Amino acid sequence: MKSFAGPALFLDRSDINTDEIIPAKYLTEITKQDLRPYILEDLKLPGFDPKGEKTSSARVIVSRANFGCGSSREHAPWVFEVNDINVVIAESFARIFRQNMFNCGMAAIELPKEGLDLLFGYAGCEDAAIAVDIEAQKITANGGGKQHVLSFEISPFDKALVLAGGWVDYADSKY
Amino acid sequence: MGMTIAEKIFTSHLVDEPFAGTRVLKLDVVMCHEITTPIAIDDLMARGKDRVFDPGKIKAVIDHVTPSKDSKTATQAKILRDWARRHAIPDFFDIGANGVCHALFPEKGYIRPGYTVIMGDSHTCTHGAFGAFAAGVGTTDLEVGILKGVCAFREPKTIRINLNGTLPKGVYAKDVILHVIGTLTVNGATDRVMEFRGPVIDAMTMESRMTLCNMAIEAGGTSGICMPDGVTVDYLWPFIEKEYASREAALAAFKKWWSDDDAVYDRVVDIDVSALEPAVTFGYKPDQVKVIGEIAGTPVDQVYLGSCTNGRLEDLRVAAAILKGKKIAPSVRAILSPATPKIYRDALNEGLIAVFMEAGFCVTNPTCGACLGMSNGVLAEGEVCASTTNRNFMGRMGKGGMVHLMSPATSAATAIEGKIADPRKYL
Repeated sequence: MKSFAGPALFLDRSDINTDEIIPAKYLTEITKQDLRPYILEDLKLPGFDPKGEKTSSARVIVSRANFGCGSSREHAPWVFEVNDINVVIAESFARIFRQNMFNCGMAAIELPKEGLDLLFGYAGCEDAAIAVDIEAQKITANGGGKQHVLSFEISPFDKALVLAGGWVDYADSKY
Repeated sequence: MGMTIAEKIFTSHLVDEPFAGTRVLKLDVVMCHEITTPIAIDDLMARGKDRVFDPGKIKAVIDHVTPSKDSKTATQAKILRDWARRHAIPDFFDIGANGVCHALFPEKGYIRPGYTVIMGDSHTCTHGAFGAFAAGVGTTDLEVGILKGVCAFREPKTIRINLNGTLPKGVYAKDVILHVIGTLTVNGATDRVMEFRGPVIDAMTMESRMTLCNMAIEAGGTSGICMPDGVTVDYLWPFIEKEYASREAALAAFKKWWSDDDAVYDRVVDIDVSALEPAVTFGYKPDQVKVIGEIAGTPVDQVYLGSCTNGRLEDLRVAAAILKGKKIAPSVRAILSPATPKIYRDALNEGLIAVFMEAGFCVTNPTCGACLGMSNGVLAEGEVCASTTNRNFMGRMGKGGMVHLMSPATSAATAIEGKIADPRKYL
C-alpha cells in the first residue's frame, strides 16, 4: 500500500480540472516520470506557485468540490503519484478522476464541507501535515500546535482497490 | 419496479458485484486512441500480459495528433499502430482513414443499442445517443478492458431530462446542451446517467443526439443516453440489415431497452426549448452560459469548427449555409476540421468545402488537435477563440487562451463579423 501522509497543499477552489492539473500538451510523454515537472502548471490561484517549495514538499492535497473534472486523462493522478502525492481530500470528485485515483491504488477521499473547512483551518500553518489511515478511515491533521482527527466514508470497493494496489492487480486476480 | 435503460444494460451485462453498489460489467466495445492507450500497452507488456480479450471488440484510431507533429507524438502513434498489428485488430484506423473517434466509430456502425462501451476519453458519453451505456475512463480501466473485457461502475442513477416544445430557428442541439449544463452545473450529474427524452429528441437526427450526449460529461454525467428509435434504426440499417428481417423488426428489438414507464429516476428535469436562444459560454467552465444577446460583439481572433461535438456533416451544412457567398472578417482566422474522412468527402461532394475555402477558412484533415491545444490551431497568450468544441477550461486551446463554446451556426456568423454574432440574422 502507498503512503498517505505528509505536508499538505491547500487548493482553495472548486472545479479544479485535469487541464489545470496537467495540460494536454504534456500528454505526449510516454512515461509517468516525465510528467513530474508539470504538476498543476496551469492552475492559477492567489498565492499558489506550481514550482514552489510548498508544491514540491506536498504529500497530501486538500481542495473543494468537483476536483478533477474534465478530461479522463489518468496523467492527472500520475503527475501527483510521481510527485509522491497519493491522496487528495475534497468535498467531491469528478467520477473518472476519482476512479482513476483508486485504480492506481491512490486515494480520493470525500469529506463534508464542515470537515473540509476544518482542514482548511490549517492552511495558514507552515507545518500543516495530514495523515490518512485508509483502513481505520481516519484523517489526522496537525499544525500550529493543533490536532484534529476526522472520520471519513469510503466504498468497500474503493478501499479494496487501495489495499490491492490498484485495479489491474485486483481484476487480474479475479476475472 | 421498472428499470431505466441504464439499469437494463447493467443487469444484462453483470459479471460480478464484488461489493454492494459496485457492478463489474462485460464490455461490448473497447475503443482506443493514441494518447491514453500507449501507457496501458506498455504496462501490459511490462506485466508480461500483452494480450487483448477479443480483437473484434477493440476499435482503435490515431486521432488526437495526426499526422504526428513531432517525435513524441510519432512514438505514441507507433506504439498504438504496432500493437494493433501485433494483435490483428481489424478495426484500426491510421492516416488516410482516421478521424475523430466519437464521430468515426458511430459512422462505422460499431455502436448498437444496449451496448456497454468504454474508451480512455471523457467524451465517450457521445455513444449513448444510440441507446448504449458509454463511459469515458482512465488508462487503468482501459487496460483492464483490453485485457479482460470488463469494467467496474457504481450502480447507475439516472437524471431524466425531458426536452419539450419545438426548437426555434437558429437554435440547435449545441445550444440545448449548453443550456442543460448551465441548468445542472458542472457537477450536477456526477455519478449519474443523463437520459434525454421528449419530442425534441424524437425529432433530432443521430448527429444532433450525438452532440447532445457528447457534452453530458461537462455536467459530470457518466453517460448521456437516448432511447433507440426509428431514427436510430435508419442510421444503423446498412450495418444491421442482415440481422433483422425489417426495420420494424429492428425497432421492436431495440425497444426492449427503453426505460420502463415506472422506472425510478434520481431527478427529473423539464425544459421547454421553444423559447431558447443561441447559447455561448463565457469564463472557464462549461456551465457559464449566456444567451447570444448578452455576449454578442465580443471580438475573437480565431474561429474553430470541428471536433467530436460539432464536426459532422450536419454541422458543416448549417455553417456553410450561413457562409455561402460571404467572407470571414479580416481580423479573424478560421479553421474547419471535418471530423472524419467520410464527412470531408461528403462535404467536398456537396460543395461545402468550396464554400468554406471561398469564405477564407483553412480546411485541415480530421483530428482532435486544436480542441485540446495539441496541434492544428493552438492559441497564443491572450487570444480568443469562438469554437464548436466542448471545453472552455483556462488554457484548453493554448496557454493563456480564451474559448467561447457555441453552435456551428453561431461560429459561422462570428467568423463573418469577427466578433461573437447572432446567427439568426443570416438564416
